[in-house]
Amino acid sequence: MEKSFGKTTVLKDLNFTVAPGERVTLIGPSGSGKTTILRLVMTLEELTGGYIFVDGEPLTHTEKNGKRVELPSKTTRAMTTRIGMVFQQFNLFPNMTVLENIIEAPIHVLGRSKADAVAEAKSLLDKVGLADKADEHPTRLSGGQQQRVAIARALAMSPEILLLDEVTSALDPELVGDVLGVLRDIAETTDITMLLVTHEMQFAREVSHRVMMFDGGQVLEEGPPDQIFNNPQHERTRTFLSSVQ
Amino acid sequence: MTDNVTTLLNSLPQLWEGIQTTLILTIAGSIGTIIIAIILGLAMTSPHGWMRIPARIIVEFFRGTSLLVQIFWLFYVFPLLGVELDPLMCGIGALSLNYGAYSAEVVRSSIKTVNPGQWEAAIALSLSPARRMIRVIFPQAWALMIPSLATLLIQLLKGTAVVFFITLSDLTDKIQQLRQSTGDTVFAFTVGLVIYFVIAWLIQELMNLLERQATKRLGRRRPNSRSDRREARRDARAESKREAGATTVPGPSSGNVGYGGAL
Repeated sequence: MEKSFGKTTVLKDLNFTVAPGERVTLIGPSGSGKTTILRLVMTLEELTGGYIFVDGEPLTHTEKNGKRVELPSKTTRAMTTRIGMVFQQFNLFPNMTVLENIIEAPIHVLGRSKADAVAEAKSLLDKVGLADKADEHPTRLSGGQQQRVAIARALAMSPEILLLDEVTSALDPELVGDVLGVLRDIAETTDITMLLVTHEMQFAREVSHRVMMFDGGQVLEEGPPDQIFNNPQHERTRTFLSSVQ
Repeated sequence: MTDNVTTLLNSLPQLWEGIQTTLILTIAGSIGTIIIAIILGLAMTSPHGWMRIPARIIVEFFRGTSLLVQIFWLFYVFPLLGVELDPLMCGIGALSLNYGAYSAEVVRSSIKTVNPGQWEAAIALSLSPARRMIRVIFPQAWALMIPSLATLLIQLLKGTAVVFFITLSDLTDKIQQLRQSTGDTVFAFTVGLVIYFVIAWLIQELMNLLERQATKRLGRRRPNSRSDRREARRDARAESKREAGATTVPGPSSGNVGYGGAL
């Protein structure tokens, strides 16, 4: 894949594969392009070059007669139902209650019945420890609670791929634990493929199968967490890790 | 003065007729304004040029030409083109187009002001563009646009006075008649001011109500609302009480000290 904003190229000749069920953490200094990768996969940014495939199927662009053509937006939207994303700023819809936030897309995108969606939403809320908050407005919840609702909302779409973009960065330190606990639970009990951008190195070490160190839009090095954290090959990785730990 | 009051009382039925015309123009004009504003405002936020550019041209055209000339066009020029409209329709049409163009800009900018994270979350949930707008973006933009719309609708009320030029007898016209029959310019125009002011005030109250509802649906209150200030005072009182409690002798009695004689 390739991505540029105007004349600034953020990602160039980047090529990587994530296996089904694999949990990959992207680390690196800010501006290294790791969040951009998640945003490209979620189709929040336009891919300016190259292709993204989900389970072998093209996401936004495909090759036709040797030319790179954009897929119809409906096709892309059908593909994105398989991908969920949780944001740094939660981005819950303030005009809906917690429950409405969760059931909106399952009902109107996946065509589930309201009863099914509500039952599923309640069990997810239970899972994230917020069963009693279903009828609250998101603005009445703490940051940590909002983020757990956002996780439940993403899971309600039964995604095959979950993108987590610095999901604890906007939280007060004492609320981080709850959110990480929920994510750890998801990692242990489901086989959802995860792509994480995080500064929580301990967490990354615990849940991920693979860590990719980015710098300047390139993969500097990658490997199992133990290798990257204990025995980084690159000087750049070493200085980065010592600056965040 | 008593003569004036008598004349006023006698001309009340006519004044009421004028008020009715003004109200019909204001209400129908406001509805037309909001419909046109939403259509043009949404079109102006479209990523497609074929929607955005014509909408932008229509808005600039109706904002950039005078309301009076637009009314004259509908009333005097349209019949020459074979389209006869009655004066009331001309008034409502011109008011809707003119204020709708201004309001479209309010709709557009409010939609653009909604946090980009809301769009992104809606895309991440694969909501269709229509669903995104109707369920997520517009309800939030609506709360933002109401204060500016209130101002424009009050402007519209005052703008209704120009229909006087196309043979409609509205409040302004009746006030003129009152002035002629009383011969008292100050009195007649003061009555006019008061009546316009009362209608404007009613519009403002209605829009305040809508704004309260819209912000409540977003789970928050209007910034610096009365209930916000009340809550701040309550917090301040609780705070000072806590401090007062802390400075007195701690122990089981400190609660009583804090509450003072009220217990």
